[in-house]
Amino acid sequence: MRKLTSPQLKSSYDVIIVGGGPAGLAAAIGAKEAGAESILIVDREQKAGGILWQCIHPGFGLHHFKEELTGPEYAQRFLKQVEEEGVAVISDAYVLDIDKERQVTLMSSVYGMHSIKAGAVVLAMGARERTRGAIHTPGTRPSGVLTAGLAQKLVNMLGYMPGRRIVILGSGDIGLIMARRMTLEGAEVLGVFEIMPYANGLNRNIVQCLHDFDIPLHLSHTVAQIHGQERINAVTVAPVDDKLNPIADKGWEIPCDTLLLAIGLIPENELSRQLNLRLDPVTNGPIVNSAMETSMDGVFACGNVVHIHDLVDFVTQEALSAGRNAGEYALGQRRPGDNIRLVPGNGVSYCVPHTISTHQTHTVYMRVRKPHERCSITFGEVYEKKLRYAFPAEMITVTLKPEFLETFHGDALVVDVHDRE
Amino acid sequence: MVYDVAIIGGGITGSAIARELMRYRLRVILIEKECEIGAGTSKANSGIIHAGHHSRSGTLKGRLEWAGNQMWDELHADLDFGFRRGGELTVAMKPDQVADLHELKANGEAKGVTGLELWDKERTLKEEPNLSSDVVASLYAPTSGIINPYEACYSLIDNAVRNGLELSLENAVIGIEWQDDVIMLNTRKGRIATRYCVNAAGLFSDEIAAMAGAGNFTIRPRKGEEYLLDKRLMGIVRHTIFPLATAESKGILVIPTFDGTIMVGPTAQFVDSKYDRTTSAAGFNEVFDSVRTLVPGISPRDCIAQFAGLRAVLESEDFLIGPSSVRGFINVAGIQSPGLTAAPAIAKLIVEILADEGLQLEHKENFMAQNPKRVRFAALSRREQMRLVAANPSYGRIVCRCELVTEGEIVDAIRAGARTLDGVKFRTRAGMGRCQGGFCSARVMELLSRELNVPFTAITKRGGKSWIVTDREERG
Ligand SMILES: Cc1cc2nc3c(=O)[nH]c(=O)nc-3n(C[C@H](O)[C@H](O)[C@H](O)COP(=O)(O)OP(=O)(O)OC[C@H]3O[C@@H](n4cnc5c(N)ncnc54)[C@H](O)[C@@H]3O)c2cc1C
Repeated sequence: MRKLTSPQLKSSYDVIIVGGGPAGLAAAIGAKEAGAESILIVDREQKAGGILWQCIHPGFGLHHFKEELTGPEYAQRFLKQVEEEGVAVISDAYVLDIDKERQVTLMSSVYGMHSIKAGAVVLAMGARERTRGAIHTPGTRPSGVLTAGLAQKLVNMLGYMPGRRIVILGSGDIGLIMARRMTLEGAEVLGVFEIMPYANGLNRNIVQCLHDFDIPLHLSHTVAQIHGQERINAVTVAPVDDKLNPIADKGWEIPCDTLLLAIGLIPENELSRQLNLRLDPVTNGPIVNSAMETSMDGVFACGNVVHIHDLVDFVTQEALSAGRNAGEYALGQRRPGDNIRLVPGNGVSYCVPHTISTHQTHTVYMRVRKPHERCSITFGEVYEKKLRYAFPAEMITVTLKPEFLETFHGDALVVDVHDRE
Repeated sequence: MVYDVAIIGGGITGSAIARELMRYRLRVILIEKECEIGAGTSKANSGIIHAGHHSRSGTLKGRLEWAGNQMWDELHADLDFGFRRGGELTVAMKPDQVADLHELKANGEAKGVTGLELWDKERTLKEEPNLSSDVVASLYAPTSGIINPYEACYSLIDNAVRNGLELSLENAVIGIEWQDDVIMLNTRKGRIATRYCVNAAGLFSDEIAAMAGAGNFTIRPRKGEEYLLDKRLMGIVRHTIFPLATAESKGILVIPTFDGTIMVGPTAQFVDSKYDRTTSAAGFNEVFDSVRTLVPGISPRDCIAQFAGLRAVLESEDFLIGPSSVRGFINVAGIQSPGLTAAPAIAKLIVEILADEGLQLEHKENFMAQNPKRVRFAALSRREQMRLVAANPSYGRIVCRCELVTEGEIVDAIRAGARTLDGVKFRTRAGMGRCQGGFCSARVMELLSRELNVPFTAITKRGGKSWIVTDREERG
């Protein structure tokens, strides 16, 4: 797995991209398109490609490559393209710090410690999984309680089984995919328990990973207690009341040897915090303008580090644009600033980007707070998009054209979701 | 072979005693049932070196608390495990509690605790602006400190081993007999003969004493749940914050840990089982409800991890330390809070007791008070980091990104004795941060497997049956 060749490091690059997952790779291509000449991708894993390597299931690239690929295939295509474009990719390297002058300090066992000047920086560090601590499940602290993503890595990349009798808490996509994976590996998946009254993963995953394998999905249920001294040996599950507290006397115990947690992702914002970027308390990622630029000049961000995407194609799309803008920035081309703030209103949890301008066409990514059928998304009075349904688990994209905004003269556009009769 | 002294239990008490005994020409063995040192109560506590004024003068724990408090600077100078005297504030939230602060101050001063100061509301809020504005007054105690309790255990043991201690891990004492003047310990790994035996078995010290016929006391476990908060809250308080105590507990505290993160807890509740280290919804609510009245900026949403520890409590609520009716058999029991604080003083006391009981003590000239310096990458300056990475590339590879722990440090920890994921975690902090090992555990397991030359599937979380993965075919 280790890279055989290590490119020579220069003392400055037009664009330095932190993270070589799908977002970072697409950002590099975007930057190249914009005319940036020297581009460096820094990835901390043994090989760039990010989470894609462990996603050996198909379902990637339908939008971008117009064919269905597995995660590794998708990564391979991008890596090849990036290499052909002459982008330098170093892996097993860690960005420690970025200062106001965009001097990037990185460290690697091959290169040692280096300080490199960047014309523009793109943050594409991805996301991490929420853990047991975040939901403070009561009980013991045995082995065998792990996130679905770690289980995926253990099974798909290292070739080990995290256990044989498995309960899954949360209906996030990685958990659903792992329900199928573990079943195919001969394990018994005893059920998926989701605290909300609706699933958190994509509908197609519910169908293909649970229904097709007769794995029960228990909505409005949670794991109320973890049992076992050394290794987990059971969980108590229970329905929840409307405050989401488990109803103890309706609970039951399930003997198991593994509890997988698929309770959501949060942006990996260690660096974003260190740089003191303004963060959105809902997404937990940096606040970005329509160029995907953060509150720090010349520092752009894209992919799961900004907000959690459910499809890699949207990551790619967002990252291409962030990369292009970073490339332009590095070449000294500055766009006029944004003049409109997007304000999540009724039923909308967030919108990205956080600001837009009247001069351009924008893709706005957003999520609703709860499921709706036959609804519309409105941007103030100026634009309405009708939807057959909207789920919190499925990101909504809206294209806003300059002509919609011609009549709008305010500086804040409220985005609401309404049910239609 | 007959040992001079066998110590049962490798918590902070046993570790401190072991290290103290290694100053002398003695053959000493320490027997610990778990596969890592400090795995009992000593790794699951608040990590506070108590200022000295909380426990009553006139009790053994009250005396040893203050005596122990004053020994930590020297210990830390030798062993560098992470210790800082950050000071603490006991806060009165109602006007009628101010009298209690005065009483606490008088109690401390009677014991000789130095530096106690009463602060009014204004001063209190100036020093701790994030405290609730309901605060009325506070008692400041500069002698209060904070340590990494598990690292303290490791460095004490590592140092003792360096000076000749024999360590027998994953080995429980299951029976005790006599042959002439010699105490025979039956252990899982065979018989151990010793002239003196120190029972520092924590929660199980009553069972060990019973095996020896050396005492008739009962230990009751009193559970304390603790909750660790995200690094984001670093600095929200600068001192450890104590509410006014009740009879059973010092109350729910806000603790800036040595590593800078915030911990809140502990609860205090008797439980039936000595193995019940479960956390509970009730404990969680109790902790956060209470803490929010002190520091409103702390929210349950910031919780990243939780654990519970068990205090070993005697009916008397005091420590029980001393020779027993059985010759050569010394009990160290009921070491509840402030056991951590008192440990160095307990160790000195045990040496005196052993001498009184006839053990010949001869100073070892070549005693090495210090351990080889450990690398803590995250704590180094950029320049030092650069030098280190240039000299040894394995310090240039970050394994734990939340806590910035390098491969080199993990390898060092394994070479120093870590055998499990938890062993590596408590020695290096790898896996202790926000992602709780989600990213690094697989890599740490690879390193354990490589360094210990055992299969990946043999790696456990903390020994015993705490396996992590199995082979794909197996059991299928
Ligand atoms: C929640 C909580 C918070 C606390 N906070 C503080 C604090 O802030 N400051 C403070 O000073 N104190 C504090 N304390 C108290 C402190 O943690 C204890 O007093 C101290 O850790 C006791 O150490 P020990 O070595 O006596 O016991 P332990 O750490 O329990 O060690 C006993 C060891 O003996 C081993 N053992 C048992 N039976 C056998 C056997 N048969 N054979 C071989 N080995 C055996 C066990 O495995 C264990 O490792 C706290 C306690 C709790 C529970």
